Amino acid sequence: MKVELGMPAFPQAAAEAVDDAQLRHNLKKATHTIRAKRANVVGELPDWAELREAGKAIKEHTLRHLDTYLERLEAAVTAAGGQVHWAVDGEEANRIATDLVRATGETEVVKVKSMATQEIGLNEALERAGITAYETDLAELIVQLGHDTPSHILVPAIHRNRSEIREIFLNEMGKWGLPAPRELTDDPPALAEAARKHLRQRFLSAKVGVCGANFAVAETGTLAIFESEGNGRMCLTLPETLIAVVGIEKIVPTWRDLEVFAQLLPRSSTGERMNPYTSTFTGVTPGDGPQNFHLILLDNGRTDALADEVGRQALRCIRCSACLNVCPVYEHAGGHAYGSTYPGPIGAILTPQLRGTTTPLDASLPYASSLCGACYEVCPVAINIPEVLVHLRGRVVQTHGGETTVRTRAAHTAERTAMSTARWVFSDARRLRALQRIAGKSRRLVPKKRVPGPLRAWTDTRDVPEVPAESFRDWWRRTGGGAR
Amino acid sequence: MRIALFITCVNDTLYPRTGKAVVRLLSRLGHRVEFPEAQTCCGQMHLNTGYRDDAERLARGFVRTFAGYDAVVVPSGSCAGMIREYYPKLVGDDGPPVYELTEFLVDVLGVTDVGAYFPHRVTYHPTCHSLRMLGLGDRPYRLLSQVRGLDLAELPGAAECCGFGGTFALKNPDVSAAMCADKVGHVLETGAEVLAAADNSCLMHIGGTLDRQRTGVRVLHIAEILASTEEAPA
Repeated sequence: MKVELGMPAFPQAAAEAVDDAQLRHNLKKATHTIRAKRANVVGELPDWAELREAGKAIKEHTLRHLDTYLERLEAAVTAAGGQVHWAVDGEEANRIATDLVRATGETEVVKVKSMATQEIGLNEALERAGITAYETDLAELIVQLGHDTPSHILVPAIHRNRSEIREIFLNEMGKWGLPAPRELTDDPPALAEAARKHLRQRFLSAKVGVCGANFAVAETGTLAIFESEGNGRMCLTLPETLIAVVGIEKIVPTWRDLEVFAQLLPRSSTGERMNPYTSTFTGVTPGDGPQNFHLILLDNGRTDALADEVGRQALRCIRCSACLNVCPVYEHAGGHAYGSTYPGPIGAILTPQLRGTTTPLDASLPYASSLCGACYEVCPVAINIPEVLVHLRGRVVQTHGGETTVRTRAAHTAERTAMSTARWVFSDARRLRALQRIAGKSRRLVPKKRVPGPLRAWTDTRDVPEVPAESFRDWWRRTGGGAR
Repeated sequence: MRIALFITCVNDTLYPRTGKAVVRLLSRLGHRVEFPEAQTCCGQMHLNTGYRDDAERLARGFVRTFAGYDAVVVPSGSCAGMIREYYPKLVGDDGPPVYELTEFLVDVLGVTDVGAYFPHRVTYHPTCHSLRMLGLGDRPYRLLSQVRGLDLAELPGAAECCGFGGTFALKNPDVSAAMCADKVGHVLETGAEVLAAADNSCLMHIGGTLDRQRTGVRVLHIAEILASTEEAPA
C-alpha cells in the first residue's frame, strides 16, 4: 500500500483541519446532507435489517472459502476470453498493469474511479513509465487537476467547494486537454458541462481503460461497477483494452448475491434507491467493447487481515462510506488526516491492517475514534468497527513493547506505566481507598484551569471537576450506606 | 432480590453524590442495595486503550466481587456497556446480570414514575454507549417525563458523540474539543438550565467545557434528578 512518508500522526494532522473553518463548513454540510438522505432511503425499507444480515453472511461465507471462489473466478474469466493476473502487493500490480499498457504501445489511459488503483499508487507508477492516466470521475478529475489527494471514499473532493472547483478548472484544464470556457461560473451545471466536454474528447481517443470493480461474480467471471455519472460506462466500452485491478475480497459467489448488494450499496453510499449506472461485463465479447480484458487480482495485505480473527471483518467492506458520513471524528478532522486512500472509521481499521502499524501515523489510526459506535450502526455489512479498533489498539500497544519504535519510547513507557499503576490500584480496593483519601485531602491543590503534564490536553479547553472531600466508599462505610 | 451497586471508579472517586442518589432513589422505591467493598473498576479504560491483559484481570475481579447477586446496578451506560459487550469475550459468560440504572428501573422494577420533583428546564444527552451499545432507547426520557416540575427540552443532534471517548479526549484533544463545541452549541440552543445524562464521564467533559465557557448551564447525572424531591432537591 502506498506509504505516505513523513505524514504526521493523526492527532497533529487533525488539529490543522480542526482550525480550517472553510473545510469544517464544507465537511459538515456535505456529510450531514448525505447522512440525512441515507437515513431516509434506508428507513423506507422494512427488511433493511435482514438485507444487512444477508450482506454480512454472503461476505463472511465468501471470505471463509476465498481460495475456492478465487479459483472459480479465474476459471470463469479465462473461459470468457479474459486474462487473469495475480499480484501479491501494489508494486507487483503496478508492474503488471504498466507492462500491459506498454504492450499496447499507448501512452494514455482513461480511468474509472477506483479505490484499489489509488491504494497502490497506479497513476504515479504509470507516470514514471511515461504513461498518463486520466481520471474521468468528476470528483477524481477535480482532485487530479488540483494536484490533490482524495479525502472521502465516495466524494473524493468533499473538501472542495464550488468556487474552489471553478478556480481549478480555469487554471488546470487547459494543461491537460480542452480548456474550461473563460466565462465559467461556479454554477454546478456549468461546472459539470465543462467537465463533460473536457472528458468527452478523452473518451473518444483512449485505447486503454483502467477500472476497479465493486463486485466480481465468481460463477460467471463478471465484474460489476456501480456509478453515478456514466463516465465508467464510457471507459468500460470504448477502449480496445481494459485492465481491471480488483482486491481479492471483492468476490461474491453468484449473480443472485448481487441482488442483496445492489440494494445495500446505493442506499448506504449516495442515499439513492438505485445508482444511475450499473455496468456488468464478462470477459470479451467479439465485436463489442474491449477486445482485450485483463483482471489483476490484488492481495496487498488482504490475506494478512484475513488471518486475523477479529480484524478480518474489515474485508467485508463494500466501500459505501456510510461510516464516514456519520463519523463525528471524520467530520471534524477531514479525510486527509488519515493519510490513506481509506479515510474515516473504515480507514482506521483497514489501513493499519493493510500497511501495518510501524509508522507514527498508522499506529495512531486505531486511536482516531471516540468509539461512539455510529459507524457500526450504519454499516450495511455490520462491520463492528469499534470492536476492531479496540483490537488493533491492543496490537499497537504490543508492537511498541517489541522491536518497532512508533511513538517515542518515552511516551510509550509513560503510558504503559500509567496503565499498570492504575491496574495495580484497581486490583485491590484498599489501594483505591488510600489513593482517594490522598486526593480528597489534597484536593485544594488541584488547579481547575491548568493541570501540568499529560493532563494539560484536558485543561486546554475544559475545567477539572472538583475532587470531593469524601469518596463514595468512605461515605458508605461511615454512614452504613446512608443508614446512620 | 439481592441488589448490588457497582458505583464505578469515576463515580466513587469524583461523583459520590451520584452514588448517594442511587441509594436514596432505590431505597425510596423499597429496595435495599448492597455495596461490595472489594469493587474497583470495570477495566474499560484499559481495554479501550489497548491494555487487554490488564482489563482481563480487572474483569475477573469484578466477576468475583459480584458473584451471587441477582442484579448489579450501574449508574453508567458506558461501564454497563463494557461489562455486557466485552466481558463475555474477556472472561466468559458466567458474570452476574448487570443493568444500567434506567434500564433497571424500567425493565426490572417496572417503574417510570419514581416520585421525583425537579422544577427545572432539562435537556438530555443520551451518550453513545447507552444509546448504541446498551440500546437504552426512550427509557431515560420516560423516567424524566414523569418527574414533577421538570421541563424536558429536546437536544438537537442528541445522538452525536460529545467527543469524550475516554483516553480519546487526551490523545486527540483538538478533535475532541471541536466535537464538544458542537455539543455545547446544541445544549445552549435548548435554553436548558441543566444537562443530564446517564454517564458522569461524558458529563465531566461537556460540563468542563460548559464551565470553562461560563455558560451557567450545570450538568447532573440522571440519578440525581430522579432522586430529587421537595425535601431534598438536587
